[in-house]
Amino acid sequence: MDSRTLTASPPPGRSLHRFANPGRFLRLSGAVLPWLSAAAVLVTGIGLIWGLFFAPADWQQGDAVRIMYVHVPSAWLASAGYLSLAICSVLSLVWRHPLADLAAAEIGPVGAGFTAVCLATGSLWGKPMWGAWWVWDARLTSVLVLFFLYLGHVALVRAFDDPTRGYRAGAILALVGVVNLPVIKFSVDWWNTLHQPASISLTGAPSMYIGMLWPLFICAVGYTLVFAAIVTARTRAAVMERRIRGLLMARAATDASREQTS
Amino acid sequence: MTHLPFVAAAYAMGILLPLAFAVDAFRRTGAARRKLAAIDPRQNRGGV
Repeated sequence: MDSRTLTASPPPGRSLHRFANPGRFLRLSGAVLPWLSAAAVLVTGIGLIWGLFFAPADWQQGDAVRIMYVHVPSAWLASAGYLSLAICSVLSLVWRHPLADLAAAEIGPVGAGFTAVCLATGSLWGKPMWGAWWVWDARLTSVLVLFFLYLGHVALVRAFDDPTRGYRAGAILALVGVVNLPVIKFSVDWWNTLHQPASISLTGAPSMYIGMLWPLFICAVGYTLVFAAIVTARTRAAVMERRIRGLLMARAATDASREQTS
Repeated sequence: MTHLPFVAAAYAMGILLPLAFAVDAFRRTGAARRKLAAIDPRQNRGGV
């Protein structure tokens, strides 16, 4: 018999649960978070300064194109954040991963915040370029729907006295809302929109000057690190708060039983 | 610089919102750590 068959790799659920232990998560995240935060501040700072002062202005849009260095990363994170919310929901519903619920509950407000930044900076870009703060364009409307999905998730998770029921309802909403992500991505191709089509794709060369592409790429990486650092820090706080709640409830139960016996 | 107020407002949002989330997370973590240290016996044995 081949020795590899005797030492088969554990099923995916088990390896996921290795990181489900709250104590282990707190230790690991405590070691990683300072470095993650420092990298996030450094990379985002470099990207934003490069975009604001050193990247060239657009020949048509002038300096208004610099809004892109905030708008595009926040738009990317609005979608990527929702995808991570959906992945946490799958982990929660299928494998009952105990940290996935907490992570999903903490991703929701951060994702909503980045989606709000995307909508607001898009509006600030649209006014000087299109002459309007808002148009009911397919891309803008689908991102607005994403914002409402985030708000719905935030409200639903916190709407129940029993947190487990809230997490389950939120997970179902997150999975249903995933259908909006391809609509956002392909809205500029499927419909005739005022919003421009994608300048960067996986299959073709970017239709953007390289002097603008580099600071945009650095801002996107930096904001992704910022998002990860914030969600990690919030999840750490949520793990500790859950432990506090558990200890207080256990203490209250002990006090109640002591009163009954005396 | 053309369209300066629009650019400045966009950058302000792009910096202030993540900063607000980071400050909130830091404050929550600090408060939870203090409370946990007060009520969790494992904290006194050097646990997390």
